[in-house]
Amino acid sequence: MNDPQLVTGESTERFRLLKDRVFAWVMAAGGVAVLAAILLIFVYLFFVVVPMFRPAAIETRTELRSVMDGPAHIALDEYTGLALVINEDGDFRFIDTETQASVAGGKLDPKGGSKFATISTGDPASHLITAAIADGKILLAKPYYSISYQDDKRVVKPSIGYPLGEELFEIDNFEGMPRLLAGEYSEEETTVAASTGDGRIFVLHIGREESFLDEEVTITESTQIISTGAQSLTHLVLDVDQRELYAIDAAGSLYFYDIQNKDDIKLVDRVSVIEPDREVSVLRFLSGGISLLIGDSGGKISQWFPVRDASNNYTMMNVRSFEAFTSPVVDIAPEYFRKGFAAIDADGNLGVFHTTAGRTLINRRVSEVAFDKLAMSPRADALLLAERGGKLKLFDVHNEHPEVSFASIWSEIWYESREKPDYIWQSSSASSDFEPKFSLTPLTFGTLKAAFYAMLFAMPLAIGGAIYTAYFMTPRMRAFVKPSIEIMAAMPTVILGFLAGLWLAPLIELYLTGVLLAFIVLPLSVVLASYAWSVLPATLSALIPEGWEALALIPVMCLALWLCVEISQPLEFLVFGQSLTQWLSTEMGIAYDQRNSLVVGMAIGFAVIPTIFSISEDAIFSVPRQLTMGSLALGATTWQTLTQVVILTASPGIFSAVMIGLGRAVGETMIVLMATGNTPIMDFNIFQGFRALSANIAVEMPESEVDSTHYRILFLAALVLFLVTFCFNTVAEVVRQRLREKYASL
Amino acid sequence: MNSRFQHWLGSGDPWIWINAGAVSFSLIMVFGLLGLIGAHGLGHFWPSEVVQFKLVEGQDEAFILGEVVDQELASAARLRSLGTKVPQGQEFVQRLLLKIGNRDVFGLDFKWINELVIEQTARPESVIVLEREEWGNFYGFATGIIEAEKQLSIAPEQVWTELSVRLERRHELQSQIKKIEKSEIGGINFQLERLRLRKRSLELKNALTANAGAEIEAREQQLQAEYETLNAELSRLYQEQARDVLLAKTVGGDEVRLPLAQLVRAYRPNQMSVGEKIAYYLAKLIEFVSTEPREANTEGGVFPAIFGTVMMVLIMSLFVAPFGVVAAIYLREYARQGPVTRTIRIAVNNLAGVPSVVYGVFGLGFFVYFLGGSIDRLFYAAALPAPTFGTPGMLWSSLTLAILTVPVVIVATEEGLARIPRAIRDGSLALGATKAETLWRIVLPMATPAMMTGLILAVARAAGEVAPLMMVGVVKLAPSLPLDGNAPFLHLDRKFMHLGFHIYDVGFQSPNVEAARPLVYATALLLIVIIVALNLAAIMIRNRLREKYSGGEG
Repeated sequence: MNDPQLVTGESTERFRLLKDRVFAWVMAAGGVAVLAAILLIFVYLFFVVVPMFRPAAIETRTELRSVMDGPAHIALDEYTGLALVINEDGDFRFIDTETQASVAGGKLDPKGGSKFATISTGDPASHLITAAIADGKILLAKPYYSISYQDDKRVVKPSIGYPLGEELFEIDNFEGMPRLLAGEYSEEETTVAASTGDGRIFVLHIGREESFLDEEVTITESTQIISTGAQSLTHLVLDVDQRELYAIDAAGSLYFYDIQNKDDIKLVDRVSVIEPDREVSVLRFLSGGISLLIGDSGGKISQWFPVRDASNNYTMMNVRSFEAFTSPVVDIAPEYFRKGFAAIDADGNLGVFHTTAGRTLINRRVSEVAFDKLAMSPRADALLLAERGGKLKLFDVHNEHPEVSFASIWSEIWYESREKPDYIWQSSSASSDFEPKFSLTPLTFGTLKAAFYAMLFAMPLAIGGAIYTAYFMTPRMRAFVKPSIEIMAAMPTVILGFLAGLWLAPLIELYLTGVLLAFIVLPLSVVLASYAWSVLPATLSALIPEGWEALALIPVMCLALWLCVEISQPLEFLVFGQSLTQWLSTEMGIAYDQRNSLVVGMAIGFAVIPTIFSISEDAIFSVPRQLTMGSLALGATTWQTLTQVVILTASPGIFSAVMIGLGRAVGETMIVLMATGNTPIMDFNIFQGFRALSANIAVEMPESEVDSTHYRILFLAALVLFLVTFCFNTVAEVVRQRLREKYASL
Repeated sequence: MNSRFQHWLGSGDPWIWINAGAVSFSLIMVFGLLGLIGAHGLGHFWPSEVVQFKLVEGQDEAFILGEVVDQELASAARLRSLGTKVPQGQEFVQRLLLKIGNRDVFGLDFKWINELVIEQTARPESVIVLEREEWGNFYGFATGIIEAEKQLSIAPEQVWTELSVRLERRHELQSQIKKIEKSEIGGINFQLERLRLRKRSLELKNALTANAGAEIEAREQQLQAEYETLNAELSRLYQEQARDVLLAKTVGGDEVRLPLAQLVRAYRPNQMSVGEKIAYYLAKLIEFVSTEPREANTEGGVFPAIFGTVMMVLIMSLFVAPFGVVAAIYLREYARQGPVTRTIRIAVNNLAGVPSVVYGVFGLGFFVYFLGGSIDRLFYAAALPAPTFGTPGMLWSSLTLAILTVPVVIVATEEGLARIPRAIRDGSLALGATKAETLWRIVLPMATPAMMTGLILAVARAAGEVAPLMMVGVVKLAPSLPLDGNAPFLHLDRKFMHLGFHIYDVGFQSPNVEAARPLVYATALLLIVIIVALNLAAIMIRNRLREKYSGGEG
């Protein structure tokens, strides 16, 4: 302080000390805050990822008093505010789950008030109820929920509607009591399949066609009878698109009929789906109408779907099974849009499962009494269970991310409609009941493939360059060369990506032979130049003093490069008679993408060369002089000294340079985004593209819905990248520090 | 000879030369890349001559007019497979890529022709090139001018002079229109939106009294009236602008009417002198850095992108400089040196190597959705469900990049602090200064160049990052700049344009990549120049710093 009274003023003194303490406090607070902010990245990523791996949770929301005996059908509306119950007498009732009041009710058959022998439900999303009375007459019904808002509060008004009218209708020639029933309805067509259980299935098809010209409606009706040949049938289901019909007989055989062409129904496959001493207790579709869920008396639930083989034949395959319970499965309720389902057994156990992930999300006993029926809410956030005795239980389900498991992310998964288990990344689709495919394996593979080719390209150039620059180059040239290569580390990768994608990729496609040739010709030209220099008379060779070889080589290499490009096309013609890319695809069967791994490898390689070069150059340059002097004094040549002494000493430094370079190559985003086709394929072919983790994040992140599984998976991808690069860098850093200490002690 | 060869092999010379070759190749790549971008980027603005080709009979057109942009040697087999007749015995054919413009007439701007179909080449002096607001360039010949639906009776050679004069008038009108549309009507819209939000927020608080409501209504009406006046003025200007129409014909002989309101620039490349070309070149260069993009970013300038980049980097510096320096001082001067600080130091060092896309993910999740969403619920409830800060924008981009670059500043500052000799500190403390005073008055001033270096390196890194910005705030076309004349002048919630993203977007997402490519090269060059300059500055500062303390201990 400039204040002369400083020495005497006691208050000033105290103020100074206070200031000192405040300063220290501010610095500590600020410093810790910044470090905490950095730590926050890791914590936050982790925090977003973790909920995916939590099991589901259920809690009882409410119990509804016994409202009806023996419910034949139960359902929930979208907001889980209303429960629909239909009993065998044909009475239906909508019950408010909060007040337990009956909101609406009546007879399912509004005209005759008949008692129904069988009631079945179709695909959950269609909400369709098919009911048949004892003499075989059928009624299609569907709950409708009309939503209105009063004072900003939602009011849901339920009713039962009849898509084909309120009259019951008949199936031609059907006699007896329909025990098995399946129906689906769409604007264009309706199919109902029924069986008395005697081995024959009656398929009624009602087509509805509207003429474009005069809006006249033509209705066609036909009935086909399928003779399965079975003694007795026990289960019957029809898919939502009305194309496939499945039946199971008492012996446990599954019959798969293609009913797409209603006049020519074909048996596609017949297969036994059950272990000998068990019987099928439940048959249901998973959402989407592709997979079947078969529950048996031993408590096992297996997933089956038709798999196409090479000659286009379909066979039913048991893709995966859940050993869910020990007592018979009583009911299965699939989710409306995801590939999950819930199931109950005869002992009062409730399980929630997901097929793709193969996960059992929850499995516990929720009642002392056995259950009769189970219903899933449309948003899969609630379950309604009918206990034996007529009591209804409503559970809230917290199950946001059932589709994620370690296996579904990293292992081969057999997805619906695929020929075999595979690693697939396909995060979105137009249809709502699509099976998301979240395998990070192909993306990780892409990342590693990019890094591999990049390192293949960069390592020799960067390390060789570093050795020469640090050990042989004259200081004058080094003072220029080192910064010019290092400054390239700051080159925005978007520029490299742009050049790789739009300049280099077409160029390589055109001069592929030349480019491949250059990998041999360039080193060869250097060796030739070296030999030429050694045999030159001393007067000429003195023109290139030692340490300036690199400069002399520039024109030589440019010439060699130019030569490669010039002879590329003529050579292709001479050797292959066509261009090399054509030859590769027609003769060798190797597909050639314009934006391929070779291009990416070179571009990322270029991006990491400065990093590797700079760090390994430092390591080699700071090898203590006395070591090399000693070696040279003992008669070793410079090259021997270099390989036996210098590189050996500096090898940890070079290793850490490679690690840091690898970290950069793994995380590189813009280059892989711009210079590959971004298709998630797994294939070592250097002439094919890939999709890398980083590029995938950059492309899909802005479009993904907040807190959805997709969003969290992308966070997981980011976390993986973070951890991998962080580990690489830490190893490298530790190695480098060790080396520095070693140098200091030498 | 043989022994000589063996001696050569044994000496290790070939290996040394191969290592030298690695350096040479790296240098070739580095300078080749810079040269490539420089040549393409700078070459784009030069007015190239327009060539007229007379084609041999049997082609679709008799004449073709355009700039030669590229040429290649194509193999005869490939051409034959495309259906072109190539005489036997000829294996390669020279192909020319022509920019023929006139997208409104031909449907595409570019066309490949091979030399076999060219009968005659000419460079007609009277060719004019018109840059237009839409449909790309026009190549053809001016034939007359229509003023208010009446053709002027002027000699053909006077058309050019007349055109230049009228184009001048058009530009004047255009700048008036721009001014009204951008700043005046934009301002009114901004105020109207603010009024709407105020009304809504009063409603939400149940505090909308009749008085306040009437006041807002009155103000709204006043603004509406102002808007009407401006709008009337605007339509008058548009009418004025639509007065002149240029009559031109294409090389195929089609007559075309080109409203002057659509023309940006007209020139006759084949009769420009070198001086004129230089003037044109400079004008184009200035246009490039100072105007807004046109035609889905494939024409015009990149001013909003430059502005967005600079703005974002400046705001980032406001965060990163103080916090980075404080963290470095804490780590070096206050924290107890031990395994913990060493671990932290390694961790900070490593964060510089974490992929930038990871920071983008973090920024989107934490800043945009979590922080931004909370801010919106607390302070901008009136605007909901339209997000204010709960959507990618300038502030979040700056913060994300600040986190991304803070390790750079910490590392550089720490290095600077470590370089300051212990003796200087001891001297200060011995004279009775407190630790804070020593730091503030002695150590920090000496470490300023190191901090500057860190900051410059951070800025250089931030200016080139694209991947994280794609998630937290850049857009291909921002309707308004983040800084304008409407209070509070600085709009941190707005999205912005960025040079790096511009390269990605125009190069890869643009419908007309071929036409946009030169512009991408120019943008890339601009970005490289900025970044290399920043890095050179950092290196120079660092070198000077090293010299200054080279006497002290390291």
